[in-house]
Amino acid sequence: MYSNKVLEHIDKPRNVGEIENASGVGTVGNARCGDIMRMYLSIEDNVITDAKFKTFGCGAAIATSSAATEMVIGKTVQEALKITNQNVMEALDGLPAPKVHCSCLAEEALHAALWDYSQKQGIFLEGLKPPDKG
Amino acid sequence: MKKIVYMDNAATTPVRAEVLAGMLPYFGNDFANPASKYRFASKPYAELDEARVKVASAIGAAGADEIYFTGSGTESDNWAIRGAAFANINKGKHIITTAFEHHAVLETCKNLESHGFEVTYLLPDKNGRINPADVESAIRADTTVISVIFVNNELGVIQPIEEIGRIARSRGVIFHTDAVQAVAHIPVDVVGCNIDLLSLSAHKFYGPKGVAALYIRKGVKIEPIIFGGMQEGNKRAGTHNTPGIIGLGLAIEYGLAEMEAEAERLNKLRSKLVTGIMQGIPFAKLNGSENRAPGVVNISFRFIESESILNLLDFKGICASSGSACNSDSLEASHVLLAIGMSHEEANGTVRFSLGRYNTESDVDYVLEALPPIIEKLRNMSPLYDDFLRGKK
Repeated sequence: MYSNKVLEHIDKPRNVGEIENASGVGTVGNARCGDIMRMYLSIEDNVITDAKFKTFGCGAAIATSSAATEMVIGKTVQEALKITNQNVMEALDGLPAPKVHCSCLAEEALHAALWDYSQKQGIFLEGLKPPDKG
Repeated sequence: MKKIVYMDNAATTPVRAEVLAGMLPYFGNDFANPASKYRFASKPYAELDEARVKVASAIGAAGADEIYFTGSGTESDNWAIRGAAFANINKGKHIITTAFEHHAVLETCKNLESHGFEVTYLLPDKNGRINPADVESAIRADTTVISVIFVNNELGVIQPIEEIGRIARSRGVIFHTDAVQAVAHIPVDVVGCNIDLLSLSAHKFYGPKGVAALYIRKGVKIEPIIFGGMQEGNKRAGTHNTPGIIGLGLAIEYGLAEMEAEAERLNKLRSKLVTGIMQGIPFAKLNGSENRAPGVVNISFRFIESESILNLLDFKGICASSGSACNSDSLEASHVLLAIGMSHEEANGTVRFSLGRYNTESDVDYVLEALPPIIEKLRNMSPLYDDFLRGKK
């Protein structure tokens, strides 16, 4: 069973949508595993000014995407890079064991969007690896 | 909790009031162990026999002594397959079943494979039906058991049990059917269908949980899987669950009495639900052939994932499922839907509504009102739907 925070994010997800001409977009997961997350970031002067997501997946996948976008807005790129799946889970008061992978997917989606940003800008971001080609 | 619309009757059903009332004395005043020999135990003992007669009559068994009470449909399935496989090991170690059985059958077969048995898993067609000719051609000299589900639990599709029974009997192979979703919902006739072993479970037809039965045709060789006392003709040990068994007997009797009328009522409700969903929601697909048990609706919604649909339905007080409740913690797509050839994406977006005797037309109206905005909300959130729309542009 989900925590009340998870349920609340499923009921009223934050930042659903897409950003035209986003600074970075990342898509992770596949339909076979049942989860696909796409995260859009607007970045100005190294600060994430907006984040949106589209997710195909279970309730936990929606909640982790929603929480992750909420967490990154206002952060610098470097601060955002430090967000882990653990932080996402804490923000949601935890996840059932079979759903922990959804929080990892949220972290991966964020990293994929930041990677896309770094490629577009031609900059090197310390600690960021290219996303796995699923 | 506010309003609840329960449409998951294939998962379990509530105990009907008359059944509960009939069970209660056997928790209290008439608590005696029916195996005891004093007169105080004679009433529970007599009621146990009465329940056996009711079950036998409901499935068309030749005698009440062919009914054995167990603790669950899962136990009945385990016992039937494992018991028959080991009792007939001198003939061979080959079993035939299908790829879309309940896990109670599939996991038993998997376990038998680890004991050196060989199992053939037949695939249903895309409408969810097993072809009897496939069963026939899979039979070998060393085949001892055929196990085919009577009504598939996720799709509701009725299998050609009579034809398979005829084939099995003529080839001298023991035929088991998991009829947990069939009994007291559609006519079941073990003699007419040449069934040797049949599993049924009380909680699927408004009886209590934790009590079930296995029909074992007289003369069929089967070993026990639970050892201990001499209950159930020395074939299934364990103190009788007297109130549960009495509840099973009552539930099956009430179920049979109203089966025909209830099937007609449920079919009407089901038609309304299906028509409403198919007309109101684009990119929805109804799964399974129309030869089905009443009340079960299995529909795939493209571009979205079923668990999130269930979460949002839950917020509206609607209880449905994405397949078997026994497997709801699994992250895998339903093995039943993959067996009928669906893609993972499509299988992942599938919801089952199963109507029951307490559902009304207003429940159907409520679901038809709640569902379309839920599907729309999730599609608007889905990157797959985005990609689809972009591809169309």
